[in-house]
Amino acid sequence: MALRRVLGLGGALGRRSCCSKRPLPPDFVEALRAVVGGPNVSTAMAVCEQHGHDESMHACAPPDAVVWPQAVGQVQELAALCYRCRVPMVPFGTGTGLEGGVNAVQGGVCFDLSRMDAIAELSLEDFSVTVEPGVTRKALNSHLRGTGLWFPVDPGADASLCGMAATGASGTNAVRYGTMRPNVLNLRVVLPDGRLLHTAGPGRQARWAPEGLGCARWGGHVGAHSLPPCRKRAAGYDLTSLFVGSEGTLGFLTQATLRLHPLPEATATTTATFPSVRAAVSCTVQVLQAAVPVARIEFLDEVMVGACSRFSGLELPVAATLLLELHGSQHGLAEQQRQAEEIVRLNGGSSLAWAEEPEERGRLWAMRHSAWYAALALRPGCQGYSTDVCVPISRLPNVVVETKRDLQDSGLTGPMVGHVGDGNFHCLLIFNAQDPAEAQRVHAFAQRLGRRALAAGGTCTGEHGVGLGKRALLLEELGQEGLDTLRRIKAALDPHNLMNPGKVL
Amino acid sequence: MAGLRVLVGVKRVIDYAVKTQGVKHSLNPFCEIALEEGVRLRERGAAAEVVAVSVGTRVCQETLRTALALGADRGVLVEVGEGAAVGPREAAAALAGLAGRLRPHLVLLGKQAIDDDCNQTGQLLAAMLDWPQGTFASRVEPEGEWVRVQREVDGGLETLRLRLPAVLTADLRLNEPRYATLPNIMKAKKKPLEVVAASEFLGGGSPPAPPRLRVLKLEEPPPRGGGQRVDDVPALLERLRASGCI
Repeated sequence: MALRRVLGLGGALGRRSCCSKRPLPPDFVEALRAVVGGPNVSTAMAVCEQHGHDESMHACAPPDAVVWPQAVGQVQELAALCYRCRVPMVPFGTGTGLEGGVNAVQGGVCFDLSRMDAIAELSLEDFSVTVEPGVTRKALNSHLRGTGLWFPVDPGADASLCGMAATGASGTNAVRYGTMRPNVLNLRVVLPDGRLLHTAGPGRQARWAPEGLGCARWGGHVGAHSLPPCRKRAAGYDLTSLFVGSEGTLGFLTQATLRLHPLPEATATTTATFPSVRAAVSCTVQVLQAAVPVARIEFLDEVMVGACSRFSGLELPVAATLLLELHGSQHGLAEQQRQAEEIVRLNGGSSLAWAEEPEERGRLWAMRHSAWYAALALRPGCQGYSTDVCVPISRLPNVVVETKRDLQDSGLTGPMVGHVGDGNFHCLLIFNAQDPAEAQRVHAFAQRLGRRALAAGGTCTGEHGVGLGKRALLLEELGQEGLDTLRRIKAALDPHNLMNPGKVL
Repeated sequence: MAGLRVLVGVKRVIDYAVKTQGVKHSLNPFCEIALEEGVRLRERGAAAEVVAVSVGTRVCQETLRTALALGADRGVLVEVGEGAAVGPREAAAALAGLAGRLRPHLVLLGKQAIDDDCNQTGQLLAAMLDWPQGTFASRVEPEGEWVRVQREVDGGLETLRLRLPAVLTADLRLNEPRYATLPNIMKAKKKPLEVVAASEFLGGGSPPAPPRLRVLKLEEPPPRGGGQRVDDVPALLERLRASGCI
């Protein structure tokens, strides 16, 4: 059926994963129950199917069982059990990924970590906080309300922060605040055999409470007392960076220490329409070269703007559009606004109408964040596939223009939206999964786009991860040596290939 | 009449996102909306001063500091003794007493607190002061000696014009409150915060009498029992009859 054809497409997009599903050993489910308790283990079909897919179009691959550990000790015991019995393990946060990262292609046990949801060790002076996998980014920012701090990485979905660390997520604010990688200071990882690893060092478990040593007393909430993380370290290999973006193939990220940022004093957002795609993208490059510290700069082509306007009920002109946001102090903001206006005018852009109230800004960004659903609404009943290439800024205008021409030549519906400030853009390809010819055209287009990005010195995946579908492109990007090195590291940490098998490598 | 003095009531409540352990308190969300409206009035030039008030124990100073960080000019804590019950009547009486002293032109309150959901303080206060009231406000426009208020009511939207001084209570769609930024949090530490004993307003003269409400019992609803499967419709009817549902 449609799903199987889509799986065929998924297989064509990458080396077909080994879908061998060995049945679970006898009494295994009982052993799981003994660790976490009966209510926290399920083999029900509906539950397994719910945990076998994410927001991508990869066919659902349900695990054989789902477990809900309540504490890191239980994660360790369960992992050790699965390791002994050679059962595959798949970590699960919110299931909002876009590359099939949670699909249990070899069956096994899905570890739903959402019940571990402690926010601890909030240090307002050191700008850091520790979160478990059940904490989503909106929940964290809500918790931080009133402290003057926020966590700016914003991939659109309300994703689990540890899940964002696992996929190396990014978002609209990356151009100013960075992606997950620089914002993760420490990770508490459960390795495949159940051992516990702190990537930037343990020894911060001292449960003493010296007053004023970075412990949070805001609003009466006192976090667990430990030493706050330091900013710089040159001690040993960078394990934190290794696990960020590992997509659940090296271990379970059961806790992340995150870097927080001060909230901007003043914020202003605007749209700007341009006569052509090239003009819009060139404007972006010039804004960055002028060192305007823009907080968000997003591109939408005319198809995307039309779809988003209709979906969100706003009435925007249907043309290549940039959505810009500036953060700063009151004075600094006024200067940034002047600079931006000048560059936009130089590129033939429209005049800017700045929105400063939270309600108006919220409406504009809600419009942008609903792009995926707005695109799907263009052709109801169809599937969606998002490309995710990222190229150096200098090559961006050419790559975007060529891609647009390729889309039109291929006769595909693919509104383009992107974090052009990072050189990253997405084509949201909407296609009829029942039509093999169209599915083939989508596949060919995605391959060409990936190769075009690699030829321009970029990457096939800027922020969504490799997951199931981009493994072939990973080989082209890293080369054989690169891939072999990744395989050696994987073999060192997970010799039996039990952690999320079939992904990345 | 530009240069209004605006009094905003802020209540310290259990944070809406909290689970049972580690009880976290924060500023009542509807009070935040009221405060945001007061600050916007000042930023537009319609108000000259925004005073945040809280009625409670000393720990409510934290809530007032948050209000100061969100833009209030000064704070007043009407302090009650430890363990004293502060319900809507007590809060309204304290605010009425304070209004007599500070003489604001406008009192902005949240429509209700998220811990008791009473939705009474604004209305009681207006009655005690004999001032006009505009509750569930979704839009506030000062017009000289009057204020035009759009209210969210069951049938839709109602617009009133009230003579100042007046009491307004804020509803959800009045505005979207700002977040406190670090520079504002630091500035807030230096803004004046006065502590006044509640006995000054709740002792002689005006009410309240001893609390009229006593909490007898507070319990969670019973946990949901498991469902049961039956094989066919007659069995379903049998079960329903047996349990007295039909």
